[in-house]
Amino acid sequence: MKKRKERIDRGIKARSGDIFALSSWREMLYLSAPRLIPIIGFMVLPLVLGDYWQKVLLSVAVFALLAISWDILAQSGMISLGQALFFGTGAYAAGIFNYYWHWHPLISIAAATIAGGLLCTLFLLPVLRLRGIYFSMVTLIIPLMLVRIIEATKIFGGTEGLTGIEALSSKWIELYLAMAVLTAALFGFRRMIASDYGLILKAINDNDRSVINAGINIYWFKTQALFISACVGAFAGAFMTHVYMFAGMPVFALDYSILPIAAAVVGGPGTLAGATLGAFILVPLSEILRGIGGLRIVLYGLFLVVFIVALPEGIFQYVQRKYHQFERWVEVE
Amino acid sequence: MAPSALLQVTGVYKNFGGVQAVSDLSFELSPGELLGLIGPNGCGKTTTVNLITGFVKPSQGKIFFQGRNITGMAPHKIVRLGIARTFQMVKPFYQLPAYKNMIIPLYSPRVKQLAGGKYGDRDAVALDLLEEVGFERDAYVAYKNASVLPQGYLKRLELAKAIALQPDLMILDELFSGLSLAEVASILPIIEKLRQEGKTIIMIEHRLKELFRIADRVVVLNFGEKIAEGPSNVVMESDAVKKAYLGVEA
Repeated sequence: MKKRKERIDRGIKARSGDIFALSSWREMLYLSAPRLIPIIGFMVLPLVLGDYWQKVLLSVAVFALLAISWDILAQSGMISLGQALFFGTGAYAAGIFNYYWHWHPLISIAAATIAGGLLCTLFLLPVLRLRGIYFSMVTLIIPLMLVRIIEATKIFGGTEGLTGIEALSSKWIELYLAMAVLTAALFGFRRMIASDYGLILKAINDNDRSVINAGINIYWFKTQALFISACVGAFAGAFMTHVYMFAGMPVFALDYSILPIAAAVVGGPGTLAGATLGAFILVPLSEILRGIGGLRIVLYGLFLVVFIVALPEGIFQYVQRKYHQFERWVEVE
Repeated sequence: MAPSALLQVTGVYKNFGGVQAVSDLSFELSPGELLGLIGPNGCGKTTTVNLITGFVKPSQGKIFFQGRNITGMAPHKIVRLGIARTFQMVKPFYQLPAYKNMIIPLYSPRVKQLAGGKYGDRDAVALDLLEEVGFERDAYVAYKNASVLPQGYLKRLELAKAIALQPDLMILDELFSGLSLAEVASILPIIEKLRQEGKTIIMIEHRLKELFRIADRVVVLNFGEKIAEGPSNVVMESDAVKKAYLGVEA
């Protein structure tokens, strides 16, 4: 008796575009679970975790935001190797607003998000015409240059950095601010990517000639995508400045550039959810591996390689596919 | 310049390094006319289109559209003025349904401007436009992914993308290349219909038989230079054209 694996779409039978005819609780759950699970998870996690893991959760949220920011840029055809630029600019902006002008942390974070977004867009505006590796190299170099400028000119505290920055008033505000922004960014930008506007961004990546040929100014759209992405990254930096109560040269570290890319690639680029999922796997993993000392980086690297080789589409795409299809063995002959 | 000309190309030169792609090219186009642009491979037809649409800047010479100098203007601005083109090599979004591919031109600022500042229901407009170019609505062809569509449909999609921009001048770059006789025969009526609606069209074509059926006038290029211009039957009798196409002294 021969058998063959059959894949069947689990989808809802009566469906047209985004309109569903829901006929049972099961179907409602099928549709809402992928949204509810992360939202509930984000809300509950801060309550159930201990002090140490709460700190890790903040770090997870920050890296998830950086990974989302990277993914938005990548969707529009700009592969950035310098999320540290966005993170660092936001971090220093918040530091300056609070250290010199004593702005309230929440106002300083909000202002640094916009100011950081604007500044990074200005930094990268001249290289917007570059494509592929050329754009990537510039994004890699700019944060390294900024570090040396700060070191050489001794501005903003020089190598010491800006210390004694005011913290947010409680750890719960920290946790829930991070979670709320992550939820808003994840779902908001996923919606944006799925809209016609997002389609144009993806088209610029895929075939920019066809977009120009529609009378659309691709550089204006790229600038918008860059600003949005930079704001997300700058928020992450500004937020961390008020968590660490410090803004200094380490904010331009390579970690903030590399880890978000790893998270997006492991999780599955192009979905934003994959980038978030990647951060939720990689950051805690790095913490768990801390116990084994020097071999940590080896194991961590091995994990990355195994995942990229075994699941090149990314974990999220794999899970999504399994969720929407079920498999069964059927007899043939 | 004749006040009635829609497009006027005057003394345009383009060289890529040492290669003279277009040399002292001049021609005019009246509203409602269908102009064929023909010539052997590598004679500068596509470069001419790229010059008109701004994808390539001329080394010398001027191009006017509706009396406005568009020489060296950014390509997206030229599209907004009302020149739409199709590409010889179609490159749709393969992973998207055909009608979603139409979103790109329907998102154009020109479409918004012509509709009085509103985009409207883009999906519905996309389906209507695709039906116009032969995507049978009953068969749900427009909902199929571009990756599974045959070349004939992809070319129609390319044509529909140009029509969506409601252009004053359409430039069709080898629309018939790679198509079967039957496919060409089914696209020809669409172009004839566009003509009846008063669209001005430039067609680059190697399939001269089909082109001559519908073209008012033909410009023949060889090595970047215009060697003949006029009604198709007259042009094809010219010695220079015979030599360029057949490679022999007539």
